[in-house]
Formats: sequence, C-alpha cells, structure tokens
Amino acid sequence: MTLTAAVMSFAAVAILVTMVMALFRAARGPTTYDRILALNLFGTQTVLLIAVTGFLYERPEWMDLAMVYGLCNFVGVLAVLRFSKYGSFMEDP
Amino acid sequence: MITDVLHVIGAFFVVVGALFCVIGGIGVIRLPDFYSRCHGSGITDSAGAGALLLGLMFFAPPLVAFKLLALVAFLWVSSTVSTHSLAKAAYSQGVRIENVPRKDWTIAPPPPPAAEDAVLADAASAADPEEPA
Repeated sequence: MTLTAAVMSFAAVAILVTMVMALFRAARGPTTYDRILALNLFGTQTVLLIAVTGFLYERPEWMDLAMVYGLCNFVGVLAVLRFSKYGSFMEDP
Repeated sequence: MITDVLHVIGAFFVVVGALFCVIGGIGVIRLPDFYSRCHGSGITDSAGAGALLLGLMFFAPPLVAFKLLALVAFLWVSSTVSTHSLAKAAYSQGVRIENVPRKDWTIAPPPPPAAEDAVLADAASAADPEEPA
C-alpha cells in the first residue's frame, strides 16, 4: 500500500466516524437548531469525503462534484433555516 | 524525489485535518450547549476542512489544486455565514445558554450608571436569566 492510499484511507475513515457523530447529534439534538447544525456538519463532511475518495481512486475530477455539493449544502441550510423561522418558503419576512 | 517530499508534507496536513474533523465531531457530541456545539462544528469546518484540503493540494496536478483552493475559499465563507445565521436564528427563537453568568445582558442591556435605584431594580427583574425557551 502506497503512502497516498494509506493516508487517504485513514482520512476517509476519520471522516466517516465524524459523519456518524453528526448523525448521532441530529437524532438526539434537543432543539431544531441542533439538528440543523448536525446537518451542516454532515454536508461539510460529505464534501471532504468526496474529495478524499477522488484521490483514493485516482479520479481527481470528482472535485467538481465536491464543489457542487458544497454549494447545494450552503443553500439547503439557509433554506431550512428560513423554513424553520417563517414556516413557509414563499412568505415575505 | 521532490514529489516524495511533497507527498510527505501533504500526508502530514491530511492526517492533521482528519484528526481535527474527529475532534470537532467529539465536540458536537459532548459539549453541553447549543452555542458550544457551534464551536465544535466550527472547528471541523475551518481547521479540519482547511488542513485536509490544503494537504490534498500537495497530491494534485495544478488545475485540481486550483479547484481545491476555490473549494477551501468557498467553505470558509459559507460555513461561517451559515453558523452565524444559525446562532442568530436560535437566539431569536429563544435558545439560551445553560449555566449562564448571573445576568444575561443581551436580554436587557445594562442601565446607564447615572440611573436611580428603582430603574436598576426594574432592569434586574427584566433580565431574568431563567426565562424558558
């Protein structure tokens, strides 16, 4: 096993462990905002996992997927925040 | 030779970033309070993602390294914005800190020092930190 494969495997396992922790907080969190925070953390970890997996399989083109997923995650968190505050996506504040 | 050196430097940064990710995840589970959990998530977003993607740049060809740099810049902007708006929304909806100091001055601002004693007593009763969510 080369150095690159070993390092990327370690990073992927660490990121998966962090994703499990974020899911635990999303399932347990007392308030809605804890769940949204865990969702944000899970999305960031998914971006990192896509990047690391792209280097592990020697397909660095997956970086485009990671960038698109980061954009979707940001917009999604803001949309869920707006929904939790106003109760609707259409209503003007 | 120079490629091996670059790979060793990149491996160091990747391992440090992965450890920061795990530390932030432990903080999100273990910390007692919503705003402290924001700190744990911020560790993962800034230090973990930053160091990990910076380490991946040492393994990448130049175009992919530029994509990684753009990804780091976007993550550092968007995660701070989303965490700030999340904390602001939680505070406006009544999520409060546990184990606060005696007076939470963000609920009622402190009275001016020249105020009379009655005004001080009113402000103290208005700033009740035991207000439920």
